[in-house]
Amino acid sequence: MNRTNIQLDGQGNLKHFLTVEGLGRDLLTQILDKAEGFLGVAQQAVKKVPLCRGKVVANLFFETSTRTRTTFELAAKRLSADVLNLNISTSATAKGETLLDTLRNLEAMHVDMFVVRHAESGAAHFIAAHAEPHVSVINAGDGRHSHPTQGMLDMFTIRRHKGDFANLCVAVVGDILHSRVARSQLAALRALGAGEVRVIAPRTLIPAEAETLGARVFYDLREGVREADVVIMLRLQRERMRGALLPSEHEYFQLFGLTEERLSTAKRDAIVMHPGPINRGVEMDSQVADGPRSVILEQVSNGIAVRMAVMSMCIGTQNLQGQRHTDA
Amino acid sequence: MREGCRLSIRNGHLVDPANGIDGRLDLHVADGLVVAIGDPPQGFTAERTLDARGQVVCPGLVDLCCRLREPGWEHKATIGSETAAAAAGGVTTLCCPPDTRPIIDTPAVAQLVLQTAERAGRARVVPAGALTRGLEGAQISEMAALKQAGCAVMSHGDRPIRNTLVLRRAMEYAATFGLTVFLHPEDAYLRDQGCVHEGRVSTRLGLPGIPEAAETVAVARDLALAEQTGARIHFRGLSSGRATAMLLEAQARGLDVSADVSAHQLTLTEANVEGFDSNCHVIPPLRTDADREALREAVRHGAISAICSDHQPHEADAKLNPFPETAPGISAVETLLPLTLRLVAEEKIDLTTAIKRLTVDPAEILDLPVGRLDAGRTADVCIFDPETVWTAGTDTLVSRGHNTPFLGWELRGRVTRTLLAGRLVFERPEKVQ
Repeated sequence: MNRTNIQLDGQGNLKHFLTVEGLGRDLLTQILDKAEGFLGVAQQAVKKVPLCRGKVVANLFFETSTRTRTTFELAAKRLSADVLNLNISTSATAKGETLLDTLRNLEAMHVDMFVVRHAESGAAHFIAAHAEPHVSVINAGDGRHSHPTQGMLDMFTIRRHKGDFANLCVAVVGDILHSRVARSQLAALRALGAGEVRVIAPRTLIPAEAETLGARVFYDLREGVREADVVIMLRLQRERMRGALLPSEHEYFQLFGLTEERLSTAKRDAIVMHPGPINRGVEMDSQVADGPRSVILEQVSNGIAVRMAVMSMCIGTQNLQGQRHTDA
Repeated sequence: MREGCRLSIRNGHLVDPANGIDGRLDLHVADGLVVAIGDPPQGFTAERTLDARGQVVCPGLVDLCCRLREPGWEHKATIGSETAAAAAGGVTTLCCPPDTRPIIDTPAVAQLVLQTAERAGRARVVPAGALTRGLEGAQISEMAALKQAGCAVMSHGDRPIRNTLVLRRAMEYAATFGLTVFLHPEDAYLRDQGCVHEGRVSTRLGLPGIPEAAETVAVARDLALAEQTGARIHFRGLSSGRATAMLLEAQARGLDVSADVSAHQLTLTEANVEGFDSNCHVIPPLRTDADREALREAVRHGAISAICSDHQPHEADAKLNPFPETAPGISAVETLLPLTLRLVAEEKIDLTTAIKRLTVDPAEILDLPVGRLDAGRTADVCIFDPETVWTAGTDTLVSRGHNTPFLGWELRGRVTRTLLAGRLVFERPEKVQ
């Protein structure tokens, strides 16, 4: 299984979207540009374009999600695709069906695209490697590995506010160790050539050899956000309080919770982001979350445009593939 | 061929490290025993002669960890299928861990394994007895009875014993009967849910990592307990350079401790996990370049005195899942020799050392009189062509398990014939030799 090339067809077009890694700056920029064009769709009287008409998209969520699933569903519907929502965590696998069997059954229903969320890292790669050649797979989050559409919608939001990435200082705060969102953001920032990337957390939440992710590591929030253009807060999962990773939510907020006061060392025009859902009073103060620098709700809207971009690109690749097949 | 057959292996390059033999010498066998090296004894007439021109003739390989999956896991493999694979890999003696179903914690299960293996007749199978009942790490097993039933060593498979008091008692009790204790050094708490080495690859792929300390903490603990109890311990499958250094230091202090390493640990690193290749899901995990170098060096100077396969055949489904959900382990007994020969080709070790680590050294750990070819010993012989290049594939492996990251690899060196007590138990058909 080739980690980088499995996502592209022979011509270098996007076939699956599994991870930001290995796609390169040009392709990522293409996704962002394409998403820009889809932003207007939401403002139209008829919020639909016919790019994926007649295509079937299956949302395969082995792990529960509201926001991601809903925005994927909206994105597919705005592209005029038919959408199947499968909440697998409560159905097939609970009855003992294997992942591969679930996949085969859906393929038999002539699904064109799988949007997959799974609790294990590598699940989307696994499905892409075993899917029929005409099917595309979009990773909606696999374990701690990757959540590429979230990473790209964050890049999209940053670009809309800050323009070029080259001179930006971006700080990512929180549970880097367990976060697929952070991994996708860091990979995208690396590929897009961000000036400086920092990660900020207690050592228990920083992965081994974190500097290999292209980030400087800080253990102090105030130092870490100093002169930052963008501050990205990560969601802290409640279960991290078990397993001796953190002593308490209280101490975490005292040290790593974002408040207006702690944000004061960042640049005056810094924006604050969060992939949601927010734990108010744990990762950040409500004052910051609802304040003028917060772009959190904008991220949600942008998410639909970015997902439309990725889905339409993958379906476009399928159409090309189909055409080549017919021509031959 | 009958047991009592007289046989000569001629024109081969004989390598018998136990006797310092390395040269073009003939080997003569009668009644399942080696009768002479070089010239045949007076009056000896061979009923059959094997021409080993261009080939290496060495003692049959001794594998310290080879899972046969029977009883209990017959959907993965059987004693019949895997001893046939062992024979095809040149392995004539193999130690199987006790993690069958039922567990080898009673004489009856040990005898079942021995009898089934004897009926299959492809390899000498030495079961390792369970150190604790049901491998649950709570109550020590009836080791005296297990020893009497044919268990050469005691082991806990790859399941760690969490309770250090139980471990201490188990070591003491084993030492009472002079039984060597095989330990898979791993601290269960530090291992946690980890499935790959904790380092740059786990960090990038978001796979739960197993820190090096999961091994070193256990090695330190086990060494301290061995020193306290006087037990003879053997570390089964080291993976890190630091643990290797601790082993060396303990040996230098005079502690009776040995260790082995799996051939894939000497070949692959964490980088091979890229792309979520579930065939690279192994425990202990593949670690860094530096770890691999340290392990190779330890094999060269002998602190690690055995290379084993850690053969773990699986059914295809066991590997068809997202990486962390797949069963760990490699079907490895047929790549043991070629992977070791790679180290010779890369000049990490010389041929004699390589064969020593595959024959007499592991035999000594098992305290068995095999792995050597002096006159009067059992004629377990491996004959291989060191120059044959072959591609590992589902069509070329004998094992029921095709779960190996070496599928598609070009390997150099291939077993052509294997003799068990003078009996030809494997012969590769001429056309594919």
